[in-house]
Amino acid sequence: MATLIIPTPLRKYTEDQATFTTDATTVGQAIQELTKRYSNISPQILDANGKIRNFIKIFVGEDDIRGIDGENTPLGSDTVVSIVPAIAGGISNL
Amino acid sequence: MKNVDEILLSKEELARYSRHIIIPELGLEGQKRLKAAKVLIIGSGGLGSPALLYLAAAGIGTIGLIDFDTVDDSNLQRQVLFSVNDIGKLKVEAAKNRIQSLNPHIEVITYNERLTSENALRIFKDYDVVADGTDNFPTRYLVNDACVMTGIPNVYASIYRFDGQVSVFNYEGGVNYRDLYPEPPPPGLVPSCAEGGVLGVLPGIMGCLQANEVIKVVTGIGEPLSGRLFTFDALGFTTRIFKIFKDPQNPLTGDNPTQKTLIDYEFFCGLKHDPINKKPVNEITVQDFKKWKDEARDIQVIDVREPHEYELVNIGAQLIPLGTITEHLDQIRKDIPVIVHCKSGARSTRAIEALQNLGYDNLLNLKGGILGYIKEIEPSLPLY
Repeated sequence: MATLIIPTPLRKYTEDQATFTTDATTVGQAIQELTKRYSNISPQILDANGKIRNFIKIFVGEDDIRGIDGENTPLGSDTVVSIVPAIAGGISNL
Repeated sequence: MKNVDEILLSKEELARYSRHIIIPELGLEGQKRLKAAKVLIIGSGGLGSPALLYLAAAGIGTIGLIDFDTVDDSNLQRQVLFSVNDIGKLKVEAAKNRIQSLNPHIEVITYNERLTSENALRIFKDYDVVADGTDNFPTRYLVNDACVMTGIPNVYASIYRFDGQVSVFNYEGGVNYRDLYPEPPPPGLVPSCAEGGVLGVLPGIMGCLQANEVIKVVTGIGEPLSGRLFTFDALGFTTRIFKIFKDPQNPLTGDNPTQKTLIDYEFFCGLKHDPINKKPVNEITVQDFKKWKDEARDIQVIDVREPHEYELVNIGAQLIPLGTITEHLDQIRKDIPVIVHCKSGARSTRAIEALQNLGYDNLLNLKGGILGYIKEIEPSLPLY
């Protein structure tokens, strides 16, 4: 089971769960599983075309998936996937 | 940086910095480098406070500080640079007084102004290193771009609630913030610090890490955190380091750079709308709203004020405070008209803009808010 690490800014969309485990075999499938389980997180990390948003970084281990195989990056049974959004202290745009 | 060979340390300075000088990796040479260095701190808030204190204490010879704010009592929970006596004072003035009393051997240059595309390059060119402790995306991208254009390393830190990030950008031609995040989140997708909050000690931790990286960059010791992103989750006490690599699409440093000058960062971050492509926020008058209610039309009404305001007076709408609106998408209908209101219309406009960014096209702003409704339709209800 691969484990997705949910950053604190997005945990409000995952019922405060810090991790999400999945049998998915690629990063893209794992994200799909996550958004299926917690639908409100979907617009936070995926754009209207279902692509990972530009202000969200996905790392497998310590590596950016862009440098591996993007959303097709394979997941092993003990892979740790980190979702790392851009954060900016006191942004006041909402 | 000033010529290190020309830097002299007085007897008092040698005594003051003795615990530095006896570290073999730093030594007298390192201390002279600290004195020769000119470091610009962007913001004297939660991150800037500890960074300023430690860099001043460490003997950075020239510290520049840019901030246009005044000290507020809500700052004191984390901005340890200030005391209650500073409330109401200009931050740069209060900070300068504090720093100079901590270390009279250094020079402090203050800029009581907002960092803008007009002044950034002029200010940056006089410094060796920038420490970015800003609290918003427009300034973050501005600092990044100005550092790239002036060739200055950018020691970056950012926080949100319990999460922190640190990295060193533009160090000896290394990656910059745009390689990590090509674009900021659109407005409304991430709640603000005022709404989201921040654990006061977190900027203390991250600001100290930032100061540590500044000292490494200035003295040349160790391995600066270039090409790597450090993240800290204070709740789980989890630290991680990720690799950052160059983005070929980076408009500044990618394969085909397209951006040669500083831009309008408010616009870039979606805070200023393109008047041509702006999605309008449609309105409904309180009279029409009353009519729709009387006709028992199938509508949803959402109040985006705070719970204590709702307790004071409400018109039976569903309460979803502005700061939590994107957490409650499952409660916001897409199939019928949704009327959004606040006290007088500003917050509901922002809520609608945020929701329209997420695909809603059925939203109406109640013109004049609940105050307008009370005045025109139900004057028996209390005003506040």
